[in-house]
Amino acid sequence: MALESDLVSADTVEATEFPQLAAKYRVQGVPRTVVNETIHFEGALPEGRLVAELKKKLAAA
Amino acid sequence: MSLLQDKDREQVQQLFAGLSNPVKLVMFTQELDCEFCAQTRELVEEVASLSDTITAEVYNFALDKEKAQEYGVEKIPAVAVVGDKDYGIRFYGIPSGYEFSSLLESIMDVSAQDSGLSETTSTFLASLKDPLHIQVFVTPT
Repeated sequence: MALESDLVSADTVEATEFPQLAAKYRVQGVPRTVVNETIHFEGALPEGRLVAELKKKLAAA
Repeated sequence: MSLLQDKDREQVQQLFAGLSNPVKLVMFTQELDCEFCAQTRELVEEVASLSDTITAEVYNFALDKEKAQEYGVEKIPAVAVVGDKDYGIRFYGIPSGYEFSSLLESIMDVSAQDSGLSETTSTFLASLKDPLHIQVFVTPT
Protein backbone atom coordinates (compact mmCIF):
# COMPACT_ATOMS: atom_id res chain seq x y z
CA MET A 1 0.00 0.00 0.00
CA ALA A 2 2.93 2.28 0.70
CA LEU A 3 4.14 1.56 -2.80
CA GLU A 4 0.91 2.61 -4.38
CA SER A 5 0.05 5.72 -2.38
CA ASP A 6 2.24 8.68 -1.51
CA LEU A 7 0.15 9.15 1.61
CA VAL A 8 0.95 5.70 2.98
CA SER A 9 4.14 4.72 4.76
CA ALA A 10 4.79 1.23 6.09
CA ASP A 11 7.19 0.14 8.84
CA THR A 12 7.97 -3.41 9.85
CA VAL A 13 9.21 -3.23 13.43
CA GLU A 14 10.96 -6.06 15.18
CA ALA A 15 9.31 -5.97 18.61
CA THR A 16 12.04 -7.56 20.73
CA GLU A 17 14.59 -5.00 19.53
CA PHE A 18 12.37 -2.04 20.33
CA PRO A 19 10.69 -2.92 23.62
CA GLN A 20 9.73 0.67 24.41
CA LEU A 21 7.73 0.88 21.19
CA ALA A 22 6.22 -2.52 21.78
CA ALA A 23 5.19 -1.34 25.24
CA LYS A 24 3.83 1.95 23.88
CA TYR A 25 1.47 0.12 21.55
CA ARG A 26 0.85 -2.74 24.00
CA VAL A 27 2.14 -5.37 21.64
CA GLN A 28 1.58 -8.73 23.29
CA GLY A 29 1.16 -11.06 20.35
CA VAL A 30 2.49 -10.61 16.86
CA PRO A 31 1.84 -9.65 14.29
CA ARG A 32 0.17 -6.53 15.62
CA THR A 33 -0.52 -3.73 13.18
CA VAL A 34 -0.85 -0.15 14.34
CA VAL A 35 -2.25 2.44 11.95
CA ASN A 36 -1.84 6.16 12.64
CA GLU A 37 -1.02 5.45 16.27
CA THR A 38 -4.57 4.62 17.29
CA ILE A 39 -6.00 1.86 15.12
CA HIS A 40 -4.91 -1.68 16.05
CA PHE A 41 -5.20 -5.03 14.32
CA GLU A 42 -4.16 -8.38 15.74
CA GLY A 43 -2.94 -11.23 13.64
CA ALA A 44 -2.32 -11.48 9.94
CA LEU A 45 -5.15 -10.02 7.90
CA PRO A 46 -5.67 -10.82 4.25
CA GLU A 47 -5.64 -7.75 2.00
CA GLY A 48 -9.41 -7.56 1.49
CA ARG A 49 -10.18 -7.68 5.20
CA LEU A 50 -7.48 -5.17 6.12
CA VAL A 51 -8.88 -2.65 3.67
CA ALA A 52 -12.47 -3.26 4.80
CA GLU A 53 -11.49 -2.85 8.46
CA LEU A 54 -9.42 0.26 7.72
CA LYS A 55 -12.33 1.87 5.91
CA LYS A 56 -14.61 1.28 8.90
CA LYS A 57 -12.15 2.43 11.53
CA LEU A 58 -10.97 5.48 9.61
CA ALA A 59 -14.57 6.56 9.11
CA ALA A 60 -15.21 6.16 12.83
CA ALA A 61 -12.07 8.00 13.93
CA MET B 1 30.93 -14.80 7.39
CA SER B 2 27.93 -15.30 5.20
CA LEU B 3 24.57 -15.06 6.92
CA LEU B 4 22.80 -16.84 4.09
CA GLN B 5 23.41 -20.48 3.31
CA ASP B 6 24.57 -21.39 -0.19
CA LYS B 7 21.26 -22.76 -1.34
CA ASP B 8 19.48 -19.69 0.04
CA ARG B 9 21.85 -17.41 -1.83
CA GLU B 10 21.11 -19.32 -5.04
CA GLN B 11 17.37 -19.10 -4.50
CA VAL B 12 17.54 -15.38 -3.81
CA GLN B 13 19.73 -14.82 -6.84
CA GLN B 14 17.18 -16.59 -8.99
CA LEU B 15 14.41 -14.54 -7.47
CA PHE B 16 16.31 -11.37 -8.29
CA ALA B 17 17.13 -12.44 -11.84
CA GLY B 18 13.97 -10.84 -13.16
CA LEU B 19 14.38 -7.47 -11.42
CA SER B 20 13.67 -4.63 -13.80
CA ASN B 21 14.36 -1.35 -12.02
CA PRO B 22 17.14 -0.47 -9.58
CA VAL B 23 16.52 -0.73 -5.87
CA LYS B 24 18.51 0.91 -3.11
CA LEU B 25 18.68 -0.54 0.35
CA VAL B 26 19.38 2.54 2.45
CA MET B 27 20.59 1.44 5.81
CA PHE B 28 21.16 3.33 9.04
CA THR B 29 23.41 1.81 11.66
CA GLN B 30 26.02 2.63 14.27
CA GLU B 31 29.00 0.94 15.85
CA LEU B 32 28.07 0.92 19.51
CA ASP B 33 24.90 0.44 21.49
CA CYS B 34 23.01 -1.46 18.84
CA GLU B 35 22.73 -5.17 19.29
CA PHE B 36 21.74 -6.18 15.77
CA CYS B 37 23.25 -3.38 13.72
CA ALA B 38 26.34 -5.27 12.57
CA GLN B 39 24.37 -8.34 11.54
CA THR B 40 21.72 -6.30 9.76
CA ARG B 41 24.40 -4.45 7.87
CA GLU B 42 26.00 -7.74 6.82
CA LEU B 43 22.66 -9.10 5.70
CA VAL B 44 21.83 -5.97 3.72
CA GLU B 45 25.21 -5.96 2.00
CA GLU B 46 24.88 -9.64 1.25
CA VAL B 47 21.43 -9.22 -0.30
CA ALA B 48 22.69 -6.30 -2.40
CA SER B 49 25.58 -8.41 -3.63
CA LEU B 50 23.18 -10.94 -5.11
CA SER B 51 21.98 -8.64 -7.87
CA ASP B 52 23.45 -5.83 -9.94
CA THR B 53 20.10 -4.08 -9.70
CA ILE B 54 20.35 -3.75 -5.93
CA THR B 55 22.72 -1.39 -4.16
CA ALA B 56 23.31 -0.90 -0.46
CA GLU B 57 23.89 2.57 0.96
CA VAL B 58 24.98 2.48 4.58
CA TYR B 59 24.82 5.55 6.77
CA ASN B 60 25.90 6.13 10.34
CA PHE B 61 22.89 7.13 12.40
CA ALA B 62 24.92 9.36 14.71
CA LEU B 63 27.10 11.02 12.06
CA ASP B 64 24.73 11.24 9.10
CA LYS B 65 21.94 12.96 11.01
CA GLU B 66 20.66 14.87 7.98
CA LYS B 67 20.25 11.70 5.99
CA ALA B 68 18.46 10.06 8.88
CA GLN B 69 16.10 13.02 9.03
CA GLU B 70 15.57 12.90 5.29
CA TYR B 71 14.39 9.33 5.61
CA GLY B 72 12.51 9.96 8.84
CA VAL B 73 14.60 7.37 10.64
CA GLU B 74 14.60 7.67 14.43
CA LYS B 75 15.61 4.16 15.47
CA ILE B 76 18.12 1.63 14.24
CA PRO B 77 18.94 -0.69 12.62
CA ALA B 78 16.73 0.72 9.86
CA VAL B 79 16.51 -0.27 6.21
CA ALA B 80 14.59 1.77 3.65
CA VAL B 81 13.70 0.00 0.42
CA VAL B 82 13.92 2.73 -2.21
CA GLY B 83 13.26 2.55 -5.93
CA ASP B 84 12.72 5.36 -8.39
CA LYS B 85 11.47 7.21 -5.32
CA ASP B 86 11.05 6.71 -1.60
CA TYR B 87 7.73 4.98 -1.03
CA GLY B 88 8.02 5.07 2.76
CA ILE B 89 8.88 1.40 3.18
CA ARG B 90 11.02 0.73 6.26
CA PHE B 91 12.29 -2.28 8.16
CA TYR B 92 13.35 -1.65 11.75
CA GLY B 93 15.36 -4.30 13.50
CA ILE B 94 17.04 -7.25 11.86
CA PRO B 95 14.87 -8.65 9.06
CA SER B 96 15.45 -12.32 9.82
CA GLY B 97 13.25 -15.37 9.54
CA TYR B 98 9.85 -14.60 8.14
CA GLU B 99 10.69 -10.92 7.81
CA PHE B 100 13.47 -11.78 5.43
CA SER B 101 10.92 -12.91 2.84
CA SER B 102 9.01 -9.69 3.47
CA LEU B 103 12.18 -7.78 2.70
CA LEU B 104 12.72 -9.74 -0.50
CA GLU B 105 9.13 -9.16 -1.53
CA SER B 106 9.47 -5.44 -0.90
CA ILE B 107 12.53 -5.36 -3.13
CA MET B 108 10.64 -7.20 -5.87
CA ASP B 109 7.59 -4.93 -5.63
CA VAL B 110 9.63 -1.72 -5.53
CA SER B 111 11.68 -2.85 -8.52
CA ALA B 112 8.56 -3.77 -10.48
CA GLN B 113 6.97 -0.49 -9.35
CA ASP B 114 3.86 -2.56 -8.91
CA SER B 115 2.14 -3.10 -5.61
CA GLY B 116 0.22 -6.14 -6.84
CA LEU B 117 -2.81 -4.98 -4.90
CA SER B 118 -6.43 -5.51 -5.85
CA GLU B 119 -8.64 -2.91 -7.49
CA THR B 120 -10.69 -2.51 -4.33
CA THR B 121 -7.57 -1.66 -2.41
CA SER B 122 -6.41 0.75 -5.10
CA THR B 123 -9.77 2.53 -4.97
CA PHE B 124 -9.51 2.78 -1.20
CA LEU B 125 -5.99 4.20 -1.45
CA ALA B 126 -7.05 6.73 -4.05
CA SER B 127 -9.77 7.93 -1.66
CA LEU B 128 -7.33 8.75 1.16
CA LYS B 129 -7.04 12.39 2.11
CA ASP B 130 -4.67 12.12 5.07
CA PRO B 131 -1.42 10.24 5.62
CA LEU B 132 -1.65 6.65 6.71
CA HIS B 133 1.24 5.40 8.82
CA ILE B 134 1.21 1.62 9.16
CA GLN B 135 3.46 -0.11 11.68
CA VAL B 136 3.55 -3.89 11.78
CA PHE B 137 5.14 -5.38 14.89
CA VAL B 138 6.77 -8.76 14.43
CA THR B 139 9.20 -11.05 16.22
CA PRO B 140 12.11 -13.00 14.76
CA THR B 141 11.15 -16.55 13.90
